[in-house]
Amino acid sequence: MRTDPAILVEGLTKRFGSVMALDGIDFTVPPGTVFGLLGPNGAGKTTAIRILTTILRPDAGRAEVLGIDVVRDPVAVRYRIGLAGQSAAVDANLTGQENLRLIGRLAQMPSREVRVRTAELLERFGLAAAADRPVRTYSGGMRRRLDVAAALVSRPPVLFLDEPTTGLDIQSRGELWQMIRELVAEGTTVLLTTQYLEEADRLSQRIAVVDHGRVIANDTPAALKAHLGSTVIELGMGDETRASRAQGLLSATLPARPERQAATIRLASQDGARVLIDVLRSLDDQGLTPATLAVREPSLDDVFLSLTGRRADDTVSADGHKPQGGAA
Amino acid sequence: MTATTPAAIGSAEVRRDRANALGPVRDALAIAGRNLIALRRVPRLLVFSTIQPVVFLLLFRYVFGGVVSTSLIGVPYVDYLLPGVFVQTSVFGAIGAAIGLGTDLQTGLLERFRSLPMARSAVLAGRTLADLARNVFVVALMVVIGFGVGFRIHTGPLPFLGGMLLVLLFAYSMSWVFATVGLLVGDPETAQAAAFPVMAPLVFASSVFVPVSSMPGWLQGFATHQPVSVTASAVRALTLGGPTASDVWQSLAWAAGIVAVFAPLAVWRYRRAV
Repeated sequence: MRTDPAILVEGLTKRFGSVMALDGIDFTVPPGTVFGLLGPNGAGKTTAIRILTTILRPDAGRAEVLGIDVVRDPVAVRYRIGLAGQSAAVDANLTGQENLRLIGRLAQMPSREVRVRTAELLERFGLAAAADRPVRTYSGGMRRRLDVAAALVSRPPVLFLDEPTTGLDIQSRGELWQMIRELVAEGTTVLLTTQYLEEADRLSQRIAVVDHGRVIANDTPAALKAHLGSTVIELGMGDETRASRAQGLLSATLPARPERQAATIRLASQDGARVLIDVLRSLDDQGLTPATLAVREPSLDDVFLSLTGRRADDTVSADGHKPQGGAA
Repeated sequence: MTATTPAAIGSAEVRRDRANALGPVRDALAIAGRNLIALRRVPRLLVFSTIQPVVFLLLFRYVFGGVVSTSLIGVPYVDYLLPGVFVQTSVFGAIGAAIGLGTDLQTGLLERFRSLPMARSAVLAGRTLADLARNVFVVALMVVIGFGVGFRIHTGPLPFLGGMLLVLLFAYSMSWVFATVGLLVGDPETAQAAAFPVMAPLVFASSVFVPVSSMPGWLQGFATHQPVSVTASAVRALTLGGPTASDVWQSLAWAAGIVAVFAPLAVWRYRRAV
């Protein structure tokens, strides 16, 4: 049996004025898997989602959902997709139930099916008790869950989640991840955009790292992390002279490649504990005691540093609002 | 395609077939219903869009109205004023379309709608339909208040009803103007600010509150022929008596012309707006 990709993107290009939002990206997503688009704000993730969900037309290239071209037959695509996250919203003046029913009706579902499906989703997303309250009384986490529920009303085989957990607390984030996993277990294909390496890593079978409208890496999370190192050690050396000495010393004594930024040394490795001991021992031998020490999981910044030699240029707004102007 | 469950494809096909018949009408009504729910649930939207015309009505009826001499207009000022106020109310109310669509654009709700298999026309048709329903309520309220402050019809119930229909039709055409404004600016605050310079010359440089003949000559040309004045004159003719045909036809032509220009403009903006 031949398996066509659930999502196919080829040479997709979109320009807003002088900004190249998408500069020829390619990727495919097999059915029943989660594909993560990882990148900073402005990388082109949301533009890709908008094209795949038929909201925007591309300037060039090809985009297909379940083998249907998004430009040639956008209506057929709309019957088969759900969209949630920063590029979609719910109506704050309607109740949770009214929001879902509205979406169901607009998805051309028969009204009895809409009612049943709405009740089912409110229950499943822990919103049954709040079903008759206007959404403007909901917490951020509840709103986001309703947003995802709205994307699921018509049981779409392909789901687009645009930064679904931006601005959520850790618990809500964990709950949403669990829901996404359940959907995928039921056969849904998910395209997820995120600025968090951890999120892409936990959920996706494959990750494409996007930068300035281009895919700069496309691999499994394991392979990306192997390239990256599973642990990042950060040493604050107090001043640049000492940092520079420490970098020289560690380059000579360790297999890992330490990077320096001002007075901070950053080191990625597969074997964090072992390397940490070696690092501290070498530094101590030379009388170079670090002023600060941090051991953490790799972040989007580390991915960018490792792939491009520079940080993800973050024009990021921490509140997760979409930047005005549409070049995101 | 082979990997997708047949049920999912089937359901998409079934829904698409179902949408062909009455889809666009159902979608527009669903959107209109949604906008009316918002109006009911956030009463301040209705209150604020109603308070302003009521204040204007009371202000001109009791404060400024005294300086307009009856000899100039031939009828008690309140009878002159009310037809103008009905039209003014409808223009103020239409600004809601700008604010509503600005909000939908800012929150991302329009994006969700655009990703759904709904009629492309539904968001704007639903919005303007909801505005029309709201206007029926607001104009009825102004009629009641009008009678309360002494307004009397000199003709009969039928011409009066005709006048109110004219007001609602004109209001409907103005909804398309402000829908375009809302889609152009893309957020509710700017929409409100941008609506004012569109609304002000239409409402104030008009025959709504005072006869055009009391204005400076350079203003009279605009003030006589612009749509708010023409519609106010038509409604006056229908409630106070006198020749009606010319003003009514001109008002109908304005309403039709405004829809003919602004409906395509709004649709064009809607298609481009993200």
